[in-house]
Amino acid sequence: MTPEFLARLQAARAAKLPVAVCTRMPDGAQLLAPDDDMPAGLAEAAAAAIEADKTANHDNWFIHPHNPPLRLLIVGAVHAAQAMLPMAQGLGFAITVIDPRRAFATEERLPGVEINREWPDDAMAQLAPDTRTAIVTLTHDPKIDDPALDAALRSPAFYIGALGSRKTHARRLERLGELGHSPESLARIRAPIGLDIKAVTAAEIGLSIVAEIVATRRGAALSKRG
Amino acid sequence: MSEDLLAVAAQWRAAGERVAIATVVETWGSSPRPAGSRFIVSDAGHMAGSVSGGCIEGAVAEAAQSTMATGTPQLLDFGISDETAWEVGLACGGKLKVFLEKLG
Repeated sequence: MTPEFLARLQAARAAKLPVAVCTRMPDGAQLLAPDDDMPAGLAEAAAAAIEADKTANHDNWFIHPHNPPLRLLIVGAVHAAQAMLPMAQGLGFAITVIDPRRAFATEERLPGVEINREWPDDAMAQLAPDTRTAIVTLTHDPKIDDPALDAALRSPAFYIGALGSRKTHARRLERLGELGHSPESLARIRAPIGLDIKAVTAAEIGLSIVAEIVATRRGAALSKRG
Repeated sequence: MSEDLLAVAAQWRAAGERVAIATVVETWGSSPRPAGSRFIVSDAGHMAGSVSGGCIEGAVAEAAQSTMATGTPQLLDFGISDETAWEVGLACGGKLKVFLEKLG
């Protein structure tokens, strides 16, 4: 790999562009999809690999997609959110914490992540969650969590989780139902949130949530909750 | 942040080291790391990342010496280890191909 090629790759990744490194075996010639001109068929194979987020072998080319990081939107700059940050950062998530309450949403409490201090409906409109986005609501405050969940359910986010007891969640489902969400749509919300590891502390709750997001992403079988 | 091995490789090179990048390009059976996994090594003895559960990194680092010296890439095959022979391989029963290239 030439330093110039690496610089191009890193620039594309910094710009959060989906690209793929195509390397010819065994001589190591390299092309960057989708920017470079490609031999017949390779461009299509690279596009498919980027879409599937999986490496591929096409003729004697190895196709290595580099997609932008998965995004994690955390609504509520609470203790459990703080606990999730180092774990989710270590897993490579690009994290945004959304909380209109200025006292909570401080750089001091949330080092190294993007902070959005808009109300969740505005924040969600700006952030436009896609299929590579996980959304977690942690405030327990319907004024903040409900609009975030409303927007999350209208998005193709791969994971939606909401903190709160079964009782709290039952009332939440009623309110969201009144906003027009069907039972099938509401079933996308993981609640009570997190894998059942009998979490007690904020760090343990954070671990259970992050683990559930990874399990969902990787297609692990999850038990029905609620 | 999760480690960006390519950024680390670029740093080593900027510091004047020769650097090789190893990438898993094909796997069969129960290989511990999927295709796309990277392991980087420098002539100053730096190593980062992984292409297996630790079974073959030593052999890849050794093979990397000639790639770092000559710039010629290599396509390495690793199979199931044979405990009766002094051969590097994967005790887990996986097979994989690793592509080794110089950064430079």
